[in-house]
Amino acid sequence: MATALAKAADGVGTVEHAARIEHVSKSFAGPAGQQLVLDDITLDVAPGEFVTLLGASGCGKSTLLNLVAGLDKPSQGSISTDGRPALMFQEHALFPWLTAGKNIELALKLRGVAKNERRERAEALLELVRLKGAYGKRVHELSGGMRQRVALARALGQESKLLLMDEPFAALDAITRDVLHDELTRIWEETRLSVLFVTHNVREAVRLAQRVVLLSSRPGRVAREWRVDIPQPRRIEDAPVAELSLEITDVLREEIRRHGQQ
Amino acid sequence: MASSETRTTDTIEAPTADKDRLGAVEAGLDALETTGTGRPSFGQTFRTKIVPPIVAVVLVLAVWQGLISFGVVTDPGTLPSPSAVWAAAEQAWLEGKLLGYIWTSVSRGLFGFLIALAIGTPLGILVARVRFVRAAIGPILSGLQSLPSVAWVPPAVVWLGLSDQMMYTVILLGAVPSIANGLVSGIDQVPPLYLRAGRTMGATGLQGAWHIVMPAALPGYLAGLKQGWAFSWRSLMAAEIIANHPDLGVGLGQLLENGRTNIDMATVFLAIFLILLVGIAIDLLIFSPLERRVLRGRGLLVKS
Repeated sequence: MATALAKAADGVGTVEHAARIEHVSKSFAGPAGQQLVLDDITLDVAPGEFVTLLGASGCGKSTLLNLVAGLDKPSQGSISTDGRPALMFQEHALFPWLTAGKNIELALKLRGVAKNERRERAEALLELVRLKGAYGKRVHELSGGMRQRVALARALGQESKLLLMDEPFAALDAITRDVLHDELTRIWEETRLSVLFVTHNVREAVRLAQRVVLLSSRPGRVAREWRVDIPQPRRIEDAPVAELSLEITDVLREEIRRHGQQ
Repeated sequence: MASSETRTTDTIEAPTADKDRLGAVEAGLDALETTGTGRPSFGQTFRTKIVPPIVAVVLVLAVWQGLISFGVVTDPGTLPSPSAVWAAAEQAWLEGKLLGYIWTSVSRGLFGFLIALAIGTPLGILVARVRFVRAAIGPILSGLQSLPSVAWVPPAVVWLGLSDQMMYTVILLGAVPSIANGLVSGIDQVPPLYLRAGRTMGATGLQGAWHIVMPAALPGYLAGLKQGWAFSWRSLMAAEIIANHPDLGVGLGQLLENGRTNIDMATVFLAIFLILLVGIAIDLLIFSPLERRVLRGRGLLVKS
């Protein structure tokens, strides 16, 4: 009876979070000895939750994302995720020797999707990101925004429960970025994925997330968290978005100011 | 507000109308930001790619003929006239030997190149991926590229005599380093981002090599093949000129050497032109189209 209960509790425990980061520290060997990049980070991402990690340069947000993606190992602490997460980069990272559709199919293939299903699934994913006719297009024939949407479709093709995004819209022009914010919100609502989104753009963080986590810099620590209760669909120009952004920016600047005084 | 601008009058449909409008905005952005990548017309290709080399060849022929017509060079034993070279070609053709000369050399060159390919490719993979092997033979392999392969002819003759094997040995020593080095630099230049993207998708180990590293390294590999062919051909000509023996058949190198010993400059020039032509033809027919195809597919071809 007791063991059955414990098992049930275990079962509940595994679905309670899409990612659990517990007391994670990371240091790298630098010119001045060991350099601490991340210091005792504890953070959970609930299933279906959209969390943005916000911070100035040197806060180790990309390092943290690499750790969660399993591309690197923490020096201390532990990270558990519900399956292997998908990762999207600032650069589209699409393979130029494959067409848009074949890029997605490669993700499907590596996940073990049968050959006769791949084409159909890839077309469906392209339709989800509104690129219906782009299957046979080469990467260089697509605009920056279209490339990031194909990259998103490829990441979604991994069918991970957790999507990690490393400043995916930072290299796009403002108009395209704005439209892709709307798209990402729509797709997140449709797929109910958990998203951990890294950015240094405060308004972008508030525009997208249910929860904004501010990291301090050198070493990166969780400085503060905000719940964002503004209903979706939001616009980046909305007054409540601007208001909260202002508040967060003030705290962020306070964090940065401390570094100048040292 | 939103529905007043869309055709649907039903206000209940406003959310979907909103989504459709977002889709339309996106379609508009996509249309604005993508430009057509049409191929140039034949007339354009003809004017920009075909006319200039023809003009260059005509100019060279004119200068050459001028040297003889204006009496700058009078001794046909020093410089034959273009028509004398043409006559030599015609005679070889009428005797049915011209294609035989070309085929003897081309078949040797291509066969040697294929062996070099079969050796150079695994060697390149080993050097690129096994640290010990790279440290051990990497620098030697790069160094061998700058060693003229004609230097290998004397020892090869001593070891293997005047034989086909000797010529293949010289070809291999010339071409294998180029092919292996091309593959090594191709693999070294694979952007780390592709490897990271591949790893998050689960492409590790052999799968990573097959799906990510090899296709990403292909342009460098092809450049190595192209250079490998050029080295094969040069090495073979050096070997043929030196290894002149009736049993070996007459290739272009032997033709050149025979012309020299018979003081027949028209044949010497004919041989030089044929060697040049074959080199250009193989490049134009095999390597350039292959390379262009790969680069165009990746958007790496600079439009001229």
